[in-house]
Amino acid sequence: MSNLFLIVLGAMLVNNFVLSQFLGICPFLGVSKKLSSAVGMSLAVTFVMLMATAVTWPIQHFLLDPNGLGYLQTIVFILIIASLVQLVEILLKRFIPPLHKALGIYLPLITTNCAVLGVTIMNIDNGYSYVESLCNTLGAGLGFLIAMVMFAGVRERLETADIPEGLKGIPSTLIAASLVSLSFLGFQGLFGL
Amino acid sequence: MGKYRESFTKGIIKENPVLRLVLGTCPTLAVSTNVINGIGMGVAATFVLVCSNIVISLLRKLIPDTVRLPAYIVVIAGFTTIVQMLLKAFVPAIDQALGIYLPLIVVNCIILGRAEAYAGKHSVGLSALDGLGMGVGFTAALTLMSAIREFLGSGTLGGWPEGGLIPPIAVFVAPAGGFFVFGLLIWATNKLSAKFDSNFTPKASFSCEGCPHAEGCAKVTEGGGCDE
Repeated sequence: MSNLFLIVLGAMLVNNFVLSQFLGICPFLGVSKKLSSAVGMSLAVTFVMLMATAVTWPIQHFLLDPNGLGYLQTIVFILIIASLVQLVEILLKRFIPPLHKALGIYLPLITTNCAVLGVTIMNIDNGYSYVESLCNTLGAGLGFLIAMVMFAGVRERLETADIPEGLKGIPSTLIAASLVSLSFLGFQGLFGL
Repeated sequence: MGKYRESFTKGIIKENPVLRLVLGTCPTLAVSTNVINGIGMGVAATFVLVCSNIVISLLRKLIPDTVRLPAYIVVIAGFTTIVQMLLKAFVPAIDQALGIYLPLIVVNCIILGRAEAYAGKHSVGLSALDGLGMGVGFTAALTLMSAIREFLGSGTLGGWPEGGLIPPIAVFVAPAGGFFVFGLLIWATNKLSAKFDSNFTPKASFSCEGCPHAEGCAKVTEGGGCDE
């Protein structure tokens, strides 16, 4: 049990997906201007990451590995993620319209989000069991949420800040991201991870 | 001949994918901790970019418009797998160093972006040159950024000299240093561009030029690009 808890904390804080592993930078920089869309995007990413892990882990261990098809990992995983996203969108639209209304617009963006493919491959590479994989994914999703929410807050302040002309826009956003990332450096080595 | 040269050279400076269009930020930030990794990633991505541009351009009349994105992704994933195998067989050190970022070339938005914006609409020759130009631009930007980060962060360049030339400032090879150096590089690019081209306007936000998700992003933020 404590092992699983450590995996969640590790993925969430110590090896934060966005701020220490640079996965999912596009939505982190692109959809973080408003707090509401930052939260929506993070929830959609977490949801899809969990679904993707739940499906890709059995496929790797019961289909690809026993048949010596491990080299097809990349191509199979990205296809699964792409079709999964489509499927989730259709199902949500049909059965849970309120959730579709909240997350639907983010789903198409997630197909080629490197955080989703990244977490599924990482689970396999680290040799995690099924439950450990799901915990790692949950931690990664929560870490993504934390990073997005923190950064959305920082960016709202940046809007009104007095920044030198040349640094306005992208450079100042990246430097702000650098400072947020610096604060996560403090988690390094925590829990012996 | 002019349009061939144009399709090759535009990726290097005028539409540099990293410094001008601000695409492919994940690999740029992640692998630029030393020059060897930076060049390795650049070359691997260039290979995938050129090959997938050629194949997608050849197939552009056969792929139905409605399923073009999945079809592009399959082509790109195929070439990414080939690169993974080649690196594993011939340069295992680079394969180890790039780790998870190697399979993630599949979702590098520069590659899907070029397929969508260029290869799906142009002839094979032009698409190949476009891919090569973009790849060279990507590699050049990665090399520049990793040289800065490695020199300041480890005091070396490509692992040389052994002890390092200057006392290392470790934060530059930490993730925070990646964001910081990238921000300053884009600022420098904007400054230089404005000096040489009076019509130049820097990209104001992480907007959508060349990004395959532009349409979806515009919906997320209710019109007007990823950011506005």
